[in-house]
Amino acid sequence: MSEKAANENTKLVENATCTFCGCVCDDMMLTVDTKEKRITKAKNACVLGRAWFAEHYIEEDAPPALIDGKPAAVEDAVEEAARTLVKARFPITYGLSDTTCEAQRQAVAIADLLRGCIDTTTSVCHGPTGLAFQGVGESTMTLGEVKNRADLVIYWGGNPAESHPRHFGRYAVTAKGMFTPQGKKDRTVVVVDVRRTPSAPAANQFIQVKPGRDFELLWALRALVKNRKVNPEVEALTGVSVEAMEALVEKMKTCRYGALFLGMGLTMTRGRHFNSGAALALATDLNEYTHFVAKPVRGHGNVTGADNVMSWQTGYPFGVNYSRGFPRFNPGEFTTVDTLARRDADAAMIIASDPASNFPQAAVEHLRNIPVIALDTKSTFTSRLAHVAFRTATYGINTTGTVYRMDDVPITLRKAFESPFPTDEEILKAIKKRVRELTLTRGQARGANAEAKAAAPA
Amino acid sequence: MPETMLLIPGRSSKQGTSLNKGKFQDEYQQVTTTVEMNEEDMARLGYSDGDQLRLSNSIGEAVVTCVSKKAANLPQGLLFIPYGPASSQLMDSDTAGSGMPLSKHLPVSVEKIG
Repeated sequence: MSEKAANENTKLVENATCTFCGCVCDDMMLTVDTKEKRITKAKNACVLGRAWFAEHYIEEDAPPALIDGKPAAVEDAVEEAARTLVKARFPITYGLSDTTCEAQRQAVAIADLLRGCIDTTTSVCHGPTGLAFQGVGESTMTLGEVKNRADLVIYWGGNPAESHPRHFGRYAVTAKGMFTPQGKKDRTVVVVDVRRTPSAPAANQFIQVKPGRDFELLWALRALVKNRKVNPEVEALTGVSVEAMEALVEKMKTCRYGALFLGMGLTMTRGRHFNSGAALALATDLNEYTHFVAKPVRGHGNVTGADNVMSWQTGYPFGVNYSRGFPRFNPGEFTTVDTLARRDADAAMIIASDPASNFPQAAVEHLRNIPVIALDTKSTFTSRLAHVAFRTATYGINTTGTVYRMDDVPITLRKAFESPFPTDEEILKAIKKRVRELTLTRGQARGANAEAKAAAPA
Repeated sequence: MPETMLLIPGRSSKQGTSLNKGKFQDEYQQVTTTVEMNEEDMARLGYSDGDQLRLSNSIGEAVVTCVSKKAANLPQGLLFIPYGPASSQLMDSDTAGSGMPLSKHLPVSVEKIG
């Protein structure tokens, strides 16, 4: 049974899902104050999950929609959003990592009808790892395999103790599995980073690499795995002794099941996809000797779902443009930092994301100069500069739907309590309907098969 | 004389919890404008915990508060700051054809204010 009533105003929701980070922990036990419409306790949640559940309560006074900062009816805001997007010559859609797959697919359909760009937060997260997948492939797994089998776990350029606190306990360090019955005692854990983060104490070994030298260290390890000699100068370059590299290689070659987790210390630094590619290639190389896998540790709750939905519907994971009526993929051209900083975009729909807070200033500056449609559960830097801002229900708390865990495992969400605000999916469906009508009326039925889509039910 | 150091924006527990409380709350503003610096660098430069620093590069600048970090945890020459509007002020928009702006290891000039 998933829901129980503790008393008149209290409801217990079992096996709920936390969608704050990419761990997507689905063992939450939520206590809900149904009168106050807020979660008062989130058993099993980590420090980030507890904050996620506690702080997503209903702000009854907040208007569901704003046009130029003034409260508006949702229907009027939908109309204004659709007209703004249809009027634009280079509309872009961005965000999507903190909403359901069902909402994400509506956003793709809108971008197709508009012949616009669609991109997700992946482009400023593990986008480079996505490029590396295309270049060198991925020796992949699910986190269940890691829990049950991995006896060597390496975290490279990431700090899961603070960014994904339950990654250790549920999947990779202390988790007890079929062939790892003693949890941590059955594993060797290595952390590689430029600074000793709070994740380092969880590891048997911490390897400190010099900033910006991850690629060199990974490449030297690849050489050693293949029994080649490495130039001793690599020690001064990386800050890691050849002896330490050889010891790590020995651990990697002789483990039963090794897992390498990639953090954004690889993707956000010089080298980007070359760094990720070197790590993925190292894992693949090791399969000459043992079973070895690699996986990026993904960030927001459903960023992995965004990659999946984009890939199903466009053929590409992010950075897609429909201007020719069919999807084209070109990071650097169709990715959002670029379309904004180059001032290509003349309207933007931002869904469940806050680029006005975390993008480079040249991109934010352009965002201030074009009409923005924003969908978010709270007031953000982006919603405050938006021409049309929708306040939407929080996924996993007020809505059901599907999210993908960082290892591409889909999980169905369980609703805790109702929100007076519409869901992202509802708003996007309404915008899609009006965009379709407006583009057809204007004689600009666009998209790969826009007429067929227009004729199909919503 | 400004000192050049490498700034590493990243996630922290407090950044994550304060983010949920709201980006316009004091707590988030404080967390994302607090920079960690190697204690030996701070001693060499005559900085104390709580000093206001200006971080700047060719892209922009940010005013932050510094706190010391043990040398064993943060090497000399590195700064750590939780992601937020302050760190974004210092990011270049050039993605080198990748879509990803360089968001870590940002060379910045560091100087004490006042």
